Amino acid sequence: MDEARIIPIGTGGRPGRGTGRAKPSAAARKLAADAGPAQAAVAKAVPKSGPKAVPKSGPKVGHGSAAPKSTPKPKVVAEPVAVTQERGTLPGIPISDWLAAIETGAREVFGQEWERRLAEYLAFLRRRIQGEYNVDDFGFDAEFTDRLFLAMARPLTQKWFRLEVRGVENIPATGGALVVSNHSGTVPVDGLMTMLAVHDQTGRFLRPLGADLVFRLPAISGLARRTGATLACQADAERLLNAGELVGVWPEGFKGIGKPFSERYKLQRFGRGGFVSAALSAGVPIVPLSVVGAEEIYPMVGNLSPLARLLNLPYLPVTPFFPLLGPLGLVPLPSKWLMEFAEPIRTDAYDATEAEDPMLVFDVTDQVRETIQQNLFTLLRDRQSVFR
Amino acid sequence: MGRVVLVTGVSRDVGRRFACFAAADPSVDRVIGVDVVPPRGDIGDVDFVRADIRNPLIAKVIAREGVDTVVHMSVIATPNSAGGRVAMKELNVIGTMQLLAACQKAENLKHLIVKSSTTVYGASSRDPAMFTEDMGPKRPPRSGYQREIEEIEGYVRSFARRRPDVRVAILRCANVMGPHVVSPLTDYFQMPVIPMVLGFDPRLQFLHEDDLNGALLRAVVSDVGGTFNVAGDGMVMLSQAVRRVGRAPMPMPAFAVRQAVAALRSARLTEFSPEMVSLITYGRGVDTTRTREVLGFEPAYTSAQAFADFGRRLGKETSAGPALAAPSRAFSGASRG
Repeated sequence: MDEARIIPIGTGGRPGRGTGRAKPSAAARKLAADAGPAQAAVAKAVPKSGPKAVPKSGPKVGHGSAAPKSTPKPKVVAEPVAVTQERGTLPGIPISDWLAAIETGAREVFGQEWERRLAEYLAFLRRRIQGEYNVDDFGFDAEFTDRLFLAMARPLTQKWFRLEVRGVENIPATGGALVVSNHSGTVPVDGLMTMLAVHDQTGRFLRPLGADLVFRLPAISGLARRTGATLACQADAERLLNAGELVGVWPEGFKGIGKPFSERYKLQRFGRGGFVSAALSAGVPIVPLSVVGAEEIYPMVGNLSPLARLLNLPYLPVTPFFPLLGPLGLVPLPSKWLMEFAEPIRTDAYDATEAEDPMLVFDVTDQVRETIQQNLFTLLRDRQSVFR
Repeated sequence: MGRVVLVTGVSRDVGRRFACFAAADPSVDRVIGVDVVPPRGDIGDVDFVRADIRNPLIAKVIAREGVDTVVHMSVIATPNSAGGRVAMKELNVIGTMQLLAACQKAENLKHLIVKSSTTVYGASSRDPAMFTEDMGPKRPPRSGYQREIEEIEGYVRSFARRRPDVRVAILRCANVMGPHVVSPLTDYFQMPVIPMVLGFDPRLQFLHEDDLNGALLRAVVSDVGGTFNVAGDGMVMLSQAVRRVGRAPMPMPAFAVRQAVAALRSARLTEFSPEMVSLITYGRGVDTTRTREVLGFEPAYTSAQAFADFGRRLGKETSAGPALAAPSRAFSGASRG
């Protein structure tokens, strides 16, 4: 369609301030400078309102003066003659298209309620930049962990490792508990996955206990405290457990995580059982956790131990792809992960003083170790293959 | 009967402020300030005695004035103000020994309060999240100040064994913050660009200057002895602190920070000690439960509020962070902060 008819609003195309009268009001007449009669004012106003549109096909939208130049006085029109012509497209992309694109993009990223989500996100960013957040005594920053750290790990868990969690009901919903897990995979990805699994299934934050190496390394140190980790020592473990937190511990330590691929799924020695005495003195249950799949992400076939000693690291792994492929070798293999939380071992029947009894501590340690090892074998049988 | 309190180290700001604060307290009769140089500011009702604690003369002052409480605040951490590293060590260690020797002779002495520092715990990657009073440093101190405090505390403890009739309280205070405090740490936060150790974000605890006075006075008037950690509630991350005062952080590798600080220190441009470098690398937290429950002192300011109060001096409205969600002691100081 070439021309569009415009239905004028208000005056029906007549001059004036919308009173509907043919004569402009006194105020309008005064506004027209040095023009005595009202007619002259109107005649002047017309060419200003649409000088280009007039010769072609009548006046443009706007004041909608139906009067051509020659008309001595505004004619009261019976039918609206205000029409407009479609203009040629302007160069560039119209603003409306830009806005639509941004909106679609925002909806794509933030979902249906994108405006609220975007505002939340900006507020989050502002708080971060101004330091407007709280950390607890351990340096744990719940907001950062929840909204950034775990959110970034989630695709890795769900899409890459296809993590399957069993026995979630064994994690206590409230109160302190100690999750004890096997450790493997050259790089402690299993700790991250456990944190994520616990948070997604129960909404609680798992507070991992890490070796002192974690707090010595730059970048990792800052991240570890921020995401809730603290040093694996009796004092910190008891402090967290007494505060009713869910604490994660990997008693195999570097012996477990840095073991060669040939020894996969064989539990290493469980240290001195310090975690058991911490649980005993706090009187909290111990939840044994078995993780299958972490062993295959970086199969460690060699160890550059002289270089590791030089760098003061416990081991320096050689995998089939690292350091052969350089940074590409850092991509973990997409093994299938299974995780099973076993029934909690209760410790509240014992006295807090019995935490000092080495025989009891060793007994409970062995019980936990056996449970984890048995569940590992069960899970391995259930897994179809390494990658499925 | 009120107390007669002798305060050492009144030429410095912290000592002078505490002396004035104690003099204003009704339970204290008289406050005698001792130092080798006269205090710079107003000392109010405090009697100033010009004496060197490294000199046996101090024993005469204690005996003649009938002093029953000694507050030792003359342990200093800034070598430049003391006239060099050697002079600082002499002042700290020999000064304390002489003071304790004088105290041992004083028959009417009943209470000894020593202001120590949480620096005694050091800062390393092997530290527990929170130090309690019965813990020691996880790595033996390698350098000056920390070892000096350790030695001073050792002398004080052996004094306590020799004079069991004297109540001895050691207050390990966190870094003092406030609108009037001048310390290497406050200088650090006043830099236009704040160097940080790359990849580390330490937890810091602060003690407000008013709380320092309050805690010391509480130790003076109470009747419990022992060692107490004194610090504001909660933690402030270094990155958070830098952002709250509106400064730009400048992350530098650890070795570069150490080198730069060493170079600046040898040029006498900064008093930033190696202990401070490890503090801004690893951070430190101390458990103040004993101070609350045994000494009966509650800090009015949280760490964040103390830092916010310091931030106001920089002409910037510094936030103390969002209100804590959990029911916390943080609110106890909200009206004052």
